[in-house]
Amino acid sequence: MPPSPAEAVASFLVAAGLRGAAGGPFDLELGRGEAVAITGPSGAGKSVLLRMIADLDPHEGQVALGGADRAAMPAPSWRRRVAYLPAEPGWWHETAAAHFPDRAAAAEMMPQLALAPALLDQKIHRLSTGERMRLALIRTILPRPDVLLLDEPTGALDPKATVLVEKLLALRLAAGTAIVMVTHDEEQAQRLGAQRMHLEGGRLNLA
Amino acid sequence: MTPIDLTPADLLIAASLVLVDALASVLLGLRLHRQLLVAAARCAVQLLLIGFLLRFVFAAEAPLLTLGIILLMVAIAGREVAARPERRLARYGNQIAGLSAVALATFITAVFALATAIRPEPWYAARYAIPLAGIMLGNALNAASLSLDALLSAVTRERAAIEAQLALGATFRDAMRPLIREAVRRGMLPIVNTMSAAGLVTLPGIMTGQILAGLSPVSAVKYQIMLMFLLAGATGIAAVGAAYFAARRLTDGRERLRLDRLH
Repeated sequence: MPPSPAEAVASFLVAAGLRGAAGGPFDLELGRGEAVAITGPSGAGKSVLLRMIADLDPHEGQVALGGADRAAMPAPSWRRRVAYLPAEPGWWHETAAAHFPDRAAAAEMMPQLALAPALLDQKIHRLSTGERMRLALIRTILPRPDVLLLDEPTGALDPKATVLVEKLLALRLAAGTAIVMVTHDEEQAQRLGAQRMHLEGGRLNLA
Repeated sequence: MTPIDLTPADLLIAASLVLVDALASVLLGLRLHRQLLVAAARCAVQLLLIGFLLRFVFAAEAPLLTLGIILLMVAIAGREVAARPERRLARYGNQIAGLSAVALATFITAVFALATAIRPEPWYAARYAIPLAGIMLGNALNAASLSLDALLSAVTRERAAIEAQLALGATFRDAMRPLIREAVRRGMLPIVNTMSAAGLVTLPGIMTGQILAGLSPVSAVKYQIMLMFLLAGATGIAAVGAAYFAARRLTDGRERLRLDRLH
């Protein structure tokens, strides 16, 4: 039975009893267009929590999206809907362009993050850390996932680029995407209107 | 033409060359003479033992004994494949991948050859089956261990790249494809090199042996060509098998990259 519209909005992404290398159990709930910003000391397991939600590491617990249980869908379909961007994203082709199935769409979004579309023809190792981070963000956002799991998406960026990334994320939120992000910047959470949570000692609490 | 049978005296005369080597080692201070003499003695003893064993097995004409010996050879080759790579898959993953790869390669190509080209009477005659399995195994071992080693070192190095693809919804198979391709390439390169150099740079050992044993060069060459093709088949199967079997151990039902299973 489909959930009532009100219910679906209130709890779009529901994670319950997640338990793994980072401790737990962790519970997390957010609706469409909502954001959660997770802070905490390094090594507390913030990235591990995102990886658990993306189902990239073995762990206990359930996650559901829009009422659909994650365990009932193939892992690749889940990850297409709940996309994870690590703090140090990997690359598997030589040039930037080869990582984008739709080159035109990538080139269209790049100026929004102050990237020249010509960068697409560069070799990945010639790009700066900040350029790579922004390209990886575009790579993750373009397929329009329902949930974005972002690990310090502005960690390697200067203040100007940070503002642009936040603008882009705000647009995604307005379009109904839910965002779980790890950040060290408390003001960033405020600017995005994100609910703040703190992860420490294997416990996740409202901050 | 009958082969020129060697007498023990002939072998002793040849052995004098080993003594020359040992003498050179003493004079030049290479400190190699001891190892050299031990190796030469081992070589002679091991080969003589296997010669007598094979004579017995060939005469026995017992299919089960033949099968038993081939299985033992396969097991030893599988162990070798598993031991070469620096990295180990948990729960005997290397052994299982190595054994499956060489067993598959050897049985398919050996049975194929015995059933089509060579066709001895009966088809499982030990005199043909054992040497054929042996040469297939030797090459399958090489290919499988190169391929396994390449895959296991690449998967650690390329972790971020593989997980980036998984995180975007790629299947594990798709994310691993370039690594598997590279591993299989590494496993198959030696046979490609051997085939292109054959006759120009090297006279392959089997052919040389057959010519020395009295076979006409053209007959020997035909045998060698067939063996090369069989070996190409065996190395291909072994390289692909080792890479796939190992890759399967590196994932689970949720298409994750399970590097925790690699030590």
